Amino acid sequence: MQNFLSRFTCYVFFLFLSMAYSSLNAALNIEIFGGGATRIPIAIVPFSAESKLPQSVTAVVAADLERTGLFRMIDSLGHTPHEPEEIIYADWQNRGASALVIGNTTVLPDGRVDVRFRLMDVAKRTQLVGFAGTVSVEQLRAVAHRIADIVYETLTGDIGVFSTRIAFVLKQGNKYALQVADSDGFNAQSVIEYTEPIISPAWSPDGSKLAYVSFENKKPVVYVQTLSTRERKAVANFKGSNSAPAWSPDGSKLAVVLTMHGGSQIFLMNADGSGLQRLAQSSGIDTEPNFSPDGRSIIFTSDRGGSPQIYRMAISGERAGVAERLTFEGSYNVSPRHSPDGKSFAYIHRNGGRFNIAVQDFARRQVQLLTDSRFDESPSFAPNGKMILYASEINGRGILSVVSSDGQTKQRLSSQIGDIREPVWGPLLKSQRIGNYVN
Amino acid sequence: MKKILGVLMICFLSACASKTTQPTSEVEDRAIGGGGMGAQDGMGSGGFGMDPLKDPSNILSQRSVYFDFDSYTVKNEYRELVLAHARYLRDNANARVLLQGNTDERGSREYNLALGQRRADSVKNAMLISGARDHQIEAVSLGEEKPRARGRDESSWAENRRTDILYQGEY
Repeated sequence: MQNFLSRFTCYVFFLFLSMAYSSLNAALNIEIFGGGATRIPIAIVPFSAESKLPQSVTAVVAADLERTGLFRMIDSLGHTPHEPEEIIYADWQNRGASALVIGNTTVLPDGRVDVRFRLMDVAKRTQLVGFAGTVSVEQLRAVAHRIADIVYETLTGDIGVFSTRIAFVLKQGNKYALQVADSDGFNAQSVIEYTEPIISPAWSPDGSKLAYVSFENKKPVVYVQTLSTRERKAVANFKGSNSAPAWSPDGSKLAVVLTMHGGSQIFLMNADGSGLQRLAQSSGIDTEPNFSPDGRSIIFTSDRGGSPQIYRMAISGERAGVAERLTFEGSYNVSPRHSPDGKSFAYIHRNGGRFNIAVQDFARRQVQLLTDSRFDESPSFAPNGKMILYASEINGRGILSVVSSDGQTKQRLSSQIGDIREPVWGPLLKSQRIGNYVN
Repeated sequence: MKKILGVLMICFLSACASKTTQPTSEVEDRAIGGGGMGAQDGMGSGGFGMDPLKDPSNILSQRSVYFDFDSYTVKNEYRELVLAHARYLRDNANARVLLQGNTDERGSREYNLALGQRRADSVKNAMLISGARDHQIEAVSLGEEKPRARGRDESSWAENRRTDILYQGEY
């Protein structure tokens, strides 16, 4: 935990040498469609002296970019420019690279590492962006994620999310650990560990807290835990079961599912557990609430129509009008999550004997199935909406997987020991950015 | 008083027996033991014979109600079992049960938690209709979190779609 905290508090900021960032957006003349068909050809040259470091920076950058499905890695074997004047542009053009990443690493006397990188436009033979940061050895992966964010943002014009964090539950033997890790699944740290199940972690919008459900008292109770202090509070511990916490976009409220009045019903409460009010009014199961990004409505799972389907209701509750059914294909649609732009939602669709990730847009109700494995669970959008994190499984063991939101690219994240479930992608936190843009 | 309770228990278990396929003589034997227990106000087996809750030949020793996929309807084949426990609760005012609803591992953990609650609740409701009192029964859900069968096949999943009936001291 100490390590985990220090990553965010001890970032050393370098001299800001100014670079108008906005003018860099979508600088390359490459059309990006849904991914798949048109990928940006990019060469990433291993940085100077990188092989002496305990952690390769460029390997992390390349893995991050590849996971998006928007980039095609060009082989950089044999050519190792580290400075702009060393680049033979014609050679990179022949290899088909549109963009080129070069850089240096220098170990300072105090043991920290100075990392500098440049993103070059091969056709125009110009620098698109430069960056420098001084970090501890433990922060080498963090600086690599930052570089990947800058490359991604410069070339796609979209927001990079590689520096964000994810949370998930790791089961090892009889032990359950709620863990927080980097967006690629590395650097996992336990927030809390128990011998009873933990489910449904949910990030507060500011990334400082996790709500989750713990069975430590032999029944499900909703807790909110502050990551920096580890302080935790049972915010919903009523008669019956307490589960499925969801944060309002402003972080002031939590939607929870309680059975205190019989049946699983959705309630709204203040984030400290006060001010409880009932939202849904069905006699069946209502669960898995998820707020729209504008905070005005909630989508949720309900079996009120005879099978579990996804519904939407106004935040004022069902007194304001009956909930609207959104899914109609199949007899089992659960675990809805809004996309960050609020235009679509991801969910789990039972597809014959399989349980897969689907995305449906609100306006046209068009459904797209994104995965095809046997047991996919817990979809969660990246803060930029371009990727969906989910739990899949291999040989009976839960693993983290990522699919691009167009379904074109799927990838497993680090294969940790143990059984991983309930992943959830954390928010974008610009204040925690590492390093600076340089010329 | 003891006599009256004993007679009542015999009547009750005879009524039970008439609905089961088990031979009457065996049931009557147990009825004597069960009557002794009832006379002690449900304080355990008490040495007058086998505890009906633990006697393998007594329907009360059967503690699991199984369900179909995504269903919380108590199937007809389990009505007898639920009824027997309801009557036991009715006749043993101090008896308490915990009903734990479970699901197979497929699909959403939160939906399964709610489904497990429904499975526990539907057994509870059936017991209430048959004479058990609300304060005697607590219905909770373990969702898919505590699977009894670990396999990844239909027989394991079927085993995990159930509500368990646990008496005080058993949980």
